[in-house]
Parts: sequence; C-alpha cells; structure tokens
Amino acid sequence: MNPVISIARKEFADGLRNRWLIAITLVFALLAVGIAWFGAAVSGQVGFTSIPATIASLASLATFLVPLIALLLAYDAIVGEDEAGTLLLLLTYPLGRGHILLGKFVGHGLILALAMLIGFGSAAVAIALLVEDVELALLASAFARFVLSSMLLGWIFLALAYVLSSAAKEKSSAAGLALGAWFVFVLVFDLALLGVLVIGQDSIPPALLPWLLLANPTDLYRLINLGGFGVTGENLGVLSLGAELPFGEGVLWGVLLIWAAGLLICAWRVFARRIV
Amino acid sequence: MNAFELAGVSKRYGAMTVLDTLDLTLAEGEVLGLFGHNGAGKTTTMKIILGLLAVSDGRVCVLGGTPDSTEVRRSLGYLPENVSFYPQLSGRETLHYFARLKGASPAQAEELLEQVGLAHAADRRVRTYSKGMRQRLGLAQALLGSPRLLLLDEPTVGLDPIATRDLYTLIDRLRRTGTSIVLCSHVLPGVEAHIDRAAILTNGRLEAIGSLAELRAAAGLPSTLRARGLVHGERRVAQWQAEGLVARSLGVDGVEVAACNGHKLALLRDLLDEESTRDIEIHEPTLEDLYRHYMQRSQERAP
Repeated sequence: MNPVISIARKEFADGLRNRWLIAITLVFALLAVGIAWFGAAVSGQVGFTSIPATIASLASLATFLVPLIALLLAYDAIVGEDEAGTLLLLLTYPLGRGHILLGKFVGHGLILALAMLIGFGSAAVAIALLVEDVELALLASAFARFVLSSMLLGWIFLALAYVLSSAAKEKSSAAGLALGAWFVFVLVFDLALLGVLVIGQDSIPPALLPWLLLANPTDLYRLINLGGFGVTGENLGVLSLGAELPFGEGVLWGVLLIWAAGLLICAWRVFARRIV
Repeated sequence: MNAFELAGVSKRYGAMTVLDTLDLTLAEGEVLGLFGHNGAGKTTTMKIILGLLAVSDGRVCVLGGTPDSTEVRRSLGYLPENVSFYPQLSGRETLHYFARLKGASPAQAEELLEQVGLAHAADRRVRTYSKGMRQRLGLAQALLGSPRLLLLDEPTVGLDPIATRDLYTLIDRLRRTGTSIVLCSHVLPGVEAHIDRAAILTNGRLEAIGSLAELRAAAGLPSTLRARGLVHGERRVAQWQAEGLVARSLGVDGVEVAACNGHKLALLRDLLDEESTRDIEIHEPTLEDLYRHYMQRSQERAP
C-alpha cells in the first residue's frame, strides 16, 4: 500500500480514537445550530432569520474557530513525533519526508472535512426540516459554499501548522508559534489594515489596499461567504475593501488553493532540512 | 557485495568533529560489534549508514546504493537506542502499521510478535509495556521485511538474561542466513561469541578493528594461566619472576602466571609435565579487557 495512505489511515484512526473527530463535530454542530436560531438575539429576535444572515454570522465565528482547531490538531505533527522518537524510526523506513507530510495532511484534512460536513451539515438539515418555507436551493448552495470554503480554510491552517511544527525544536515552542500565527492572521492583520486605512491613507496608493486582503486567507474566506450574497454594510470593516477588487469569486477560491499548496510546499522544504 | 562501505567518512558540526576519517566495511553475513564510550560516534555512524545524517567528507555506500534511497531502506532494519512507539496503539497495531510502511506482509508481523514473545500482550496498548517489552517490539519492527542489513543500537538494554540469550540466538540464526548485522553495545560480557569482528571507537576515531584473536594479538595482552596442586609452587613463581614474567602464588598450592606473546604454550607444557598438577585454567583477555586497553591507550595519547 502507498505509504501516504498508510500514514493517513493512522492519523485518521488516531483522530477517532482520541475523540478529536467527535469533539470537533459537536462543536461545529452546536455552533451552527446555535447561530441559526439565536444569531439574531442581539436585535431582540429569537429564531431563524434568513439564510444570508445565518451564513454571515457563521462565517464570522468560523473565521476564529476553524484556524484555531486546525492549528491545535496539527501543531505537533512533526515535532511531536520527533520528541517521542518515532520520527527517527519512520525516517529509516522506505518512504520520503514528503510521504510523511502528505499522509498527515490527508489524515488530518479528512478529520476536519468530515467534522465540518457532519457538524455544519446537520445544522443545514435542521433548518431545512424545522423552518417553514425556506428556500431549499439557496440553503443548499449557501451551505455548500460555506462548508467547502471552511474545509479549505482548515487545510490552509493545517499546512501552516506543519510549517511551524517542522521548524520548531520543541513541542511547546511549536504550540507558541501556532498561537502566534493564529493571533496574527485572525486578529492583528485586520487591525493593522484598519490602522493603515485610517492613519496612513496618503502613504499607500488606495488602489493597492484591496489587494492586501489576498495576503490573509481568513479575509478571503469571509469575502467568499459574505460576498456571495452581495452583503454590504457598515459592519464589514476591512472587508468592504473587497468590493473594489476587480475580479470575481472564482479568483478568491483560486487564491485560497494557492495558499494551501504554497504552505504545503513550504512545510515540505522546512521538514526536508530538519535534522533528526 | 559488502553490506556497507564507509571510506574516509568525517562528520563535523561547526568546529566539533564527531567522526574523523572513518574507514569501515561490513561483509555479507558478518556481525560487527561497535563499541565505544558515550559520545564516541557510534550512533552517528549508524545514522550515517541509515542516511539520516549527511557526511561532511568521505564516501558512503550501503547495499550497493546511496543510504537515502528507498530501495536500500527496504532491505534495512534499525533498532534505535531507547526505542519508542505510539503509546495509544497496541503492540499488534504498531507492528502492522510499520509492516505496511515497509511493504511486509501482515502474516510476518504476526510471526514476529510470536517470535519476540509478545503474542500474549499484542492487544495491550504500548503505553502499558515495560522497557523490555518495548525493546522486543523494537526488535520485531527491525526484522520486518527480512532485512539484509540490520543495525541494532543497544539491543540488550532492558532485556532480562533469558531475553538477551534469545536475542543472541536470533543474531546467530540471522547471520547464518546471510544477514549482515551491526551490534552497538555497552554491555560487553556475553557479546564475544556472537560477533565476527569488533570495532572500537574513541572520540570519533576508529581505535581498533579486527576479530577478537587479531585484537588480542595486536594488543599484546597476556593470557592468564592458573594452576593448582603444584608441590613446589613458591619456587616456580620465584623462577618465573626471575625470567621477567608476572607471576604470583594463589592460596596453598596455586600459582598464577601471565603469559605474553608466545609464552603460553611453553608454560602450559611446563605445568602439564608436573605430575602433581590438578587443574589448569586459561583466561584469555576478554573483550572487556581489550576495550579497557584501547581506551587507556587513546587516553594516554590525548594531550
């Protein structure tokens, strides 16, 4: 059997055994159902409001949660095995470092994908069954886009976790780096961009600013899920810049894919240089 | 074809030299004992043969190929020092996983579990295994795929005497089937009978290499003869001492004499001619004596 499949199988089995899969699935399901029904509670309403509003709230929360879960799942993938001594053994087997990395990516990626499919999917099913006269076609397409883009976002952060895990000398520093990366991509980046917008308006050509959104996969992810409905408004923050981007949704997906592939290649190169 | 050839291999980390122009070859079906103090370069040598470390200098050829090629690794087995596994997997799951990675059959994994005496504990998690059980599981994974070159780093650590004897029996059997084996060890007694050649490393240099007989001859360490029942023991000891031999009396009627290069047979004849001699013991220098001798020599040479 191909070593990639063997390693992926083991990682997936580990995810089942240590109940990661079921835990993430439950988190996603609770999140999705909770937001669908109570997302509008701020404005004094309880109950399902609309599909675009639900997806928008879901995407904003998933932007925080999905990268965090992906990083948690994978930050010790390489450095953890190194510390445990099993990496030394694996590397003497007839397989390349790329096989190990790819096997782990497939295994972890499958865990994330399955958790999202079941977790978010169950919310979609609940909405379809319990809410009267909901547009089923719109519901299906909106959730399909949401689940697919969430998977892609999760995979990007898995790949990022492998980069950090391959570079870190110790498990604890890999955890620190992962947390730092999460902080930068999810919080700092948008704040910094806002700061640039407000303070440095003259120093940067305004035409350049929307392109900066491409440098952050979480912004791309939110653009895909909010932009799909042509949502506009004052609560979008830096994402309103996205309206000025001269291309459609397809390019956003493409850039997300490039992020995933680029980070995986980067992880492979860092791992290849690691001395065990 | 040689199992591996190291020619002028050096490994440096910055200014520190871990291996210094090492020349070492292992023939097919040969068992080489690799000995040395901590930090002498034993594990580094193994990692170079395994392709885990790149050499700073020199040429490495393993099973006719480069050490990092997949084909070479398929016929290579390695038991690392302090082997560890995935604690959450059972022994059986662990071995089947590694068997899949090596392209070995599940049937062989089962056979090996039986062979290393882990069949009764195969379904327990490795977390609950003792050091000796983990070591045996490590040995089992090294044997997956019937390797042509086997590298064992401290294989007897944590093994009880019976398991150690089983290990040596296994090594003898593998040697007969043409497997080349490198045995790295701190535990010197008991290894002698199972190795063809010994290599002694000190501070990254090959201090000595050869069969035990060759090493003994080169070291010039004396064999010790002990005899009992001599009537005129005291007188004989005095005579030997006058000839410049190291000799002493042992108890009432015993003598001990150290026989250096070539004296041994003459002394033996001498003792056998004596009618009253009841018993003669011959102590050849052990591997441990040789090891100590070469270690001392390298220390004396060091500034």
